[in-house]
Amino acid sequence: MSEIVISVRNLTKRFGNFIAVNDVSFDVYRGEIFGFLGANGAGKTTAMRMLCGLSYPSSGTGTVAGFDISREGETIKRHIGYMSQRFSLYNTLTVSENINLFAGIYGLSKKDTAKRREELLARLNFSSESDTLVGALPLGWKQKLAFAIAAIHHPEVVFLDEPTGGVDPVTRRQFWEMIYEASEGGTTIFVTTHYMDEAEYCSRVSIMVDGELRALDTPTRLKQQFNAESMNEVFRTLARDAVREE
Amino acid sequence: MLVVMLIPVVLIVLFGFAISTEVNNVNVAVVATERTDCVNDAVNRIAHNNYFNFCGFIDQDQIDQELRSGKVSAVIVFASDFDRRMAQISDGLPSTPIIQLIVDAADVNTAGASTAYLQEILLGSESKQAMFETRMLFNPQMKSAYNFVPGIMGLIFILVCAMMTSVSIVREKEVGTMEVLLVSPMRPVKIVFAKMIPYFVISCAVLVIILLLSYYLLGVPMSGGVWGIFSLSLLYVVLSLSLGLLVSIIAKTQVAALLISAMVMMMPMMLLSGMLFPIENFPKIFEVISTVVPARWYIDAIRKMMIQGSPFIAVWKEFAILLGMSVIFLSVSLVRFNDKLE
Repeated sequence: MSEIVISVRNLTKRFGNFIAVNDVSFDVYRGEIFGFLGANGAGKTTAMRMLCGLSYPSSGTGTVAGFDISREGETIKRHIGYMSQRFSLYNTLTVSENINLFAGIYGLSKKDTAKRREELLARLNFSSESDTLVGALPLGWKQKLAFAIAAIHHPEVVFLDEPTGGVDPVTRRQFWEMIYEASEGGTTIFVTTHYMDEAEYCSRVSIMVDGELRALDTPTRLKQQFNAESMNEVFRTLARDAVREE
Repeated sequence: MLVVMLIPVVLIVLFGFAISTEVNNVNVAVVATERTDCVNDAVNRIAHNNYFNFCGFIDQDQIDQELRSGKVSAVIVFASDFDRRMAQISDGLPSTPIIQLIVDAADVNTAGASTAYLQEILLGSESKQAMFETRMLFNPQMKSAYNFVPGIMGLIFILVCAMMTSVSIVREKEVGTMEVLLVSPMRPVKIVFAKMIPYFVISCAVLVIILLLSYYLLGVPMSGGVWGIFSLSLLYVVLSLSLGLLVSIIAKTQVAALLISAMVMMMPMMLLSGMLFPIENFPKIFEVISTVVPARWYIDAIRKMMIQGSPFIAVWKEFAILLGMSVIFLSVSLVRFNDKLE
């Protein structure tokens, strides 16, 4: 197997008596598209926040891009990209301004920023829109732009939190093509999603139920293991016994 | 829900019961060369009057200091020949005993009302034919600008700094950009301070404009020194910014931020800061509450420096209180801010 980018052992997060994430362990390899599935309230977001350095684990250990999640959260932030389900660029800034802003936040020099901005605009066929306000773009375009910007500093891992919520199937397809492209370039993708057809696109899929990791394998092997036709069935088999709700 | 229920109750109680534009508990001192029966009689009536507190006899040369420090709001001076002239009147001779009223007119409403009351009370006695010489100290023309400029300043900075800051930070939370910023290598504290800088700059510009307008257009004296007023206002701006930060941490939506700013900050500050209604009139409980309203101390100090011409050193107490409040608000919000990340 190739190099490990994310490694988590016995990761646990408690809020008072409530155990949001219970004793979770897994590894993610370089260039992988790692699907992170679970019903609402299963602990996906909490786990992801710990990996992004936004929250400390109650117990257990983990490393992201070689840095400890308990002690080096701030360093981790420099080596990851992040895109959330809510559209998160500035609507009142133009496409170029958004690119410049985030490039600046990640400490890119003026020269690098200009170079990457041109690359990015060319790749997305956005060159003509560089002075358009982001708020005026269609949602699908916005999401693509947001993903491109999340990867502007060439991070080792890009975390995508339900990136395709509310996007039409065609744009979703295009969006996944972008994800593939990035992963072929060596970027590791850590993605949560609700769409089971998207789970099929992942290299490996993990499924969380009630704060615990119930399954982790390639989509093909998961389907064999649960004797299911599709990932949808696998998910429903596992999520059926879920105690927790929203 | 709580807000909807609470507001009417608070308003009714405040307006109906606590806040009156009539004067209450006005501190009065008396200057009299001889404590004759007439003088004692007048003092007794003032002392037994609910509207006034008799604060004792003082000397002629203490008048200015007592008024300037705000210990008393009015001084009654019985002329040295007051008794002789009163005696002449009782003997049927034509004479005019003179009573001088020196009133602190920095707050126009209180000054006007208390002058009228005092004259009534004093005329009630044998000194019927007494003549009053009234001097409105600090604001001889009873200009209302003198009263409202400090109040407006107290209001504007809360508005610009606290409200705008909190709304702008909460908007980022609501839209989702804050999340992205938090995952970035930027320190959260840095993000928030960066968001505050424009409002700080705006506030400084506003401050300069207000001071220029008050001085040149409204003719407010600023006799206590511009730099003192300026530094006190800067401190108040910082205080308002920290308040805004605190609100933005508590509030999850822009609407909530606006509501909190309006209900928790604007209303008490308009009603309890002494901007509209004199604090001396409040029942004890509201007076106690008013001590935690930052604007109360700011407006008080600005009034002293702008109108009464007290030097900066005279408002050290207000300055210290505001400084303390800023430190508390700022540290509470920074601690809470870091907790929030958990």
